[in-house]
Amino acid sequence: MCGIVGLFLKDKSLEPKLGSMLTDMLITMTDRGPDSAGIAIYGTDEDNNTKLTIQSNNPEADFDQLDKALSEAANTQVSIRVKDTHAVLEVPDKMVDDVRTALVELRPNVRVMSVGDIMEIYKEVGLPKDVAARFSLAEMSGSHGIGHTRMATESAVTTMGAHPFSTGSDQCLVHNGSLSNHNSLRRKLKRDGIAFETDNDSEVAAAYLTHKMKHGSNLGEALKSSLDDLDGFFTFVVGTKDGFGVVRDPIACKPAVMAETDQYVAFGSEYRALVNLPGIEQARVWEPEPATVYFWEH
Amino acid sequence: MQTIDMASTPLREVNSTLQAQKEDTNQKAWEIINPKGSHAIACGLDGPIEVTVRGSTGYYSAGMNKQAHVHIVGSAGPGVAENMMSGMVIIDGDASQYAGATGNGGLLVIKGNASSRCGISMKGIDIVVYGNIGHMSAFMAQSGNLVVLGDAGDALGDSLYEARLFVRGKVKSLGADCIEKEMRPEHLEILADLLERAGADAKPEEFKRYGSARQLYNFNIDNASAY
Repeated sequence: MCGIVGLFLKDKSLEPKLGSMLTDMLITMTDRGPDSAGIAIYGTDEDNNTKLTIQSNNPEADFDQLDKALSEAANTQVSIRVKDTHAVLEVPDKMVDDVRTALVELRPNVRVMSVGDIMEIYKEVGLPKDVAARFSLAEMSGSHGIGHTRMATESAVTTMGAHPFSTGSDQCLVHNGSLSNHNSLRRKLKRDGIAFETDNDSEVAAAYLTHKMKHGSNLGEALKSSLDDLDGFFTFVVGTKDGFGVVRDPIACKPAVMAETDQYVAFGSEYRALVNLPGIEQARVWEPEPATVYFWEH
Repeated sequence: MQTIDMASTPLREVNSTLQAQKEDTNQKAWEIINPKGSHAIACGLDGPIEVTVRGSTGYYSAGMNKQAHVHIVGSAGPGVAENMMSGMVIIDGDASQYAGATGNGGLLVIKGNASSRCGISMKGIDIVVYGNIGHMSAFMAQSGNLVVLGDAGDALGDSLYEARLFVRGKVKSLGADCIEKEMRPEHLEILADLLERAGADAKPEEFKRYGSARQLYNFNIDNASAY
């Protein structure tokens, strides 16, 4: 069991409330996943900077003066915004590779959670309400976001085993279910040059979609091909810079409910997660069909 | 009418209050407000009461029902009216997967669509769905009637025993050992009665009947390669 929530806003006036709405939805799904929780949130692209969300188990030492050290090492301008065990580095788009190389040298224990123009990922072990509070998720604004509460089955309960997984720029995936062909697929993707952080099955699904999109598929097409190539149980919710997609395996035993109004598209593992959204009584509420791809783009 | 507000009353108190209403109760009409998708609402009832749930429910609402009439004015999550023994459960909206699973008796009416595995392993319950049903519905269904005014998904009635399946719309595919069968006068009569009790606007003549070919009842050595 795991819990998934997702919110894709159509009405810009709701953007300042995205974090608080998603946090409420996430905490409602605690029963489905009390091990760990995470959220990916898509903000606005205001500049020519790329965001690197990084994580450390020893944030005080690792994040101290990191902006200055990286700026000097990569000869560029890096800023840092620390949030508990995570920090967001803002790096000029062209300097991302240099900064990442410098980061590995300067702070070998720091993990990169996500890279993108607008996406930030926060995830940790613990109850969803505690994870949300540590990162002040409720105060975040954005255009769309995805959250996950985890009850682990396929790999250990660790920060890196929590969802969302990001394997491409501004791309993320959360998963409820378990994949049975992830080892063979991981080997194939490794041969194509994709690096993996964990032994987790869901990370393979994320990497698979990234791989497909790198080779010309849009989000909808990548999700469609996942139905042929992934074996197992899954309900996926995925985010891209301007898109939001949902797909369930043909057996569809992992629950899913969606709601759509003029203001938003929302996803919940259960209807409970959606009950406090504005105008939910008038929303079109439905259960996504098995083996059917749903996606929305801004 | 007694009203219970789930915003202020814990679920166990809601259910124990409703379960305490037996044959001789004089409080026959109950209303539950603010269900907000909670699980296991109005489960295990065993009295001639009417319960109206004003809103959508989560998992396993109205499970194990005996005698009571439960009306959900909204949609229901997975496993609604699971293992019903008698009475009636009406859902104004849609029902999620395995609605009416393993039911022994009573009538389940779903006015919207039901998703996958509707009536799985049903054992005597009657289910009427105004809309469509999803894949693997009536899997291993043993007895009772499943009536669908809309379409049925893949693998309808897979490994079916003696339940009767009536579908007005299209059937995407039939499961193993499920076949279309002749509609005889006694079937039209059963169907007419169920449609009337469910308040469904459809004519029995518009339906097709599906049932078991009874080829899987006994092991056949010629089928060994299929296992």
